[in-house]
Amino acid sequence: MNIHHHLDAATLSAFAAGTLDGALSVVAASHISSCSACRAAALKAEQVGGGLLASLEAAAVSEDCRAQTLERLDRATLHRFPAKASSKSEFPAPLARLLPGMRLADLKWKTKAPGWAMVDLPLPAGSRGKLFLVRVGAGKSMPLHGHGGSEITLILSGAYNDRLGRFAPGDVADLDEAVEHEPVAEADQPCICLVATEAPTRFKSRMVRLVQPFIGV
Amino acid sequence: MSKSDDRALRRQDDQEAQRLLSGVARNLDRTAFAELFDAFAPKVKSVMMRKGATHELAEDLVQETMIAVWTKAGLYDPTRGAVSTWIFTIARNLWIDRHRRDGVMPLTVLDDYDPPSGEAGSDEVVWRKQEAQLIAQYLDEIPPEQKEPLILSFVEGMAQGEIARRLNLPLGTVKSRVRLAYGRLRKKLEVLQ
Repeated sequence: MNIHHHLDAATLSAFAAGTLDGALSVVAASHISSCSACRAAALKAEQVGGGLLASLEAAAVSEDCRAQTLERLDRATLHRFPAKASSKSEFPAPLARLLPGMRLADLKWKTKAPGWAMVDLPLPAGSRGKLFLVRVGAGKSMPLHGHGGSEITLILSGAYNDRLGRFAPGDVADLDEAVEHEPVAEADQPCICLVATEAPTRFKSRMVRLVQPFIGV
Repeated sequence: MSKSDDRALRRQDDQEAQRLLSGVARNLDRTAFAELFDAFAPKVKSVMMRKGATHELAEDLVQETMIAVWTKAGLYDPTRGAVSTWIFTIARNLWIDRHRRDGVMPLTVLDDYDPPSGEAGSDEVVWRKQEAQLIAQYLDEIPPEQKEPLILSFVEGMAQGEIARRLNLPLGTVKSRVRLAYGRLRKKLEVLQ
């Protein structure tokens, strides 16, 4: 896979720290599963975490905790071999995990407007984000939109173009709230993307939008 | 102790930790494990407390983390980084898991980018070791305003939005400080290319 568009360093850092929103993490992990550059960057970020851990001041651990841990060793089951990824899914492994046994053809697309359809994907409670698949018909465009928060889009099949460039399978558009774009699918086939947003509700009233950061919605 | 002494110590620590871990992996060496426990359990507890865990929960997660060190010792891949990095990832995943069970945090799939670990070439191991040293150096040198968001994120477990609120900065500023921090890291690691 020839990847031209990558994750933002700030996204990779949050991902490695384990603080990236769950929906965004699924898309980030899906991209990383096929992008060696971002995988290497994520590993570096983890090493930053390891370095920080090593430099922390120690907190005294109780004798009980130590004794109980040592006592549990005999009962612990050893993991000697990494679990094999047996997934033959059309989806990247992190996404396939959310859609056990599903195929692309099984998805129930909901048409949102002529030329584009969506499937909402399940996420456990607690994520502030949303996760969905979008299918933009061949040659069709998504309406111009901005983002109330971060939005990460991974191209699964087909390709689209917008003012940021051409996005093909494996490419990721990691956009923050400041970016507006209007992707147009290429003419030969529909473009299917995995999208996560952490958009807070966007109010139409300009007044409400202005106070939104302060009233915490 | 000067900073360079401190680094030398950490370097030695990592080699020692790798030796102990391979004793656990190959021979189920309990003495080696106890030494690893004494070296790392207090650090893990420190992270958990800084993430907001109670004393009790922190010790519970220390136990879980160290048991995972015992059961997964054979999976440690030195090409991925220092032992402290590996233990950091275990602790991080357990913290997230715990929150997922409590229904507070959603599914994350942090392990999915684990490449199947093949036999590491010795060149690669040496290279990684140098990389780990440079990262330790980098953490000593990085300007405080770039280090702070990293600590809040990796140690305290705060999302970038929370960090922005804590530091009373726009989110964009927090993100650009993090980007600058990684730009600096890339520069630091250029000597390895």
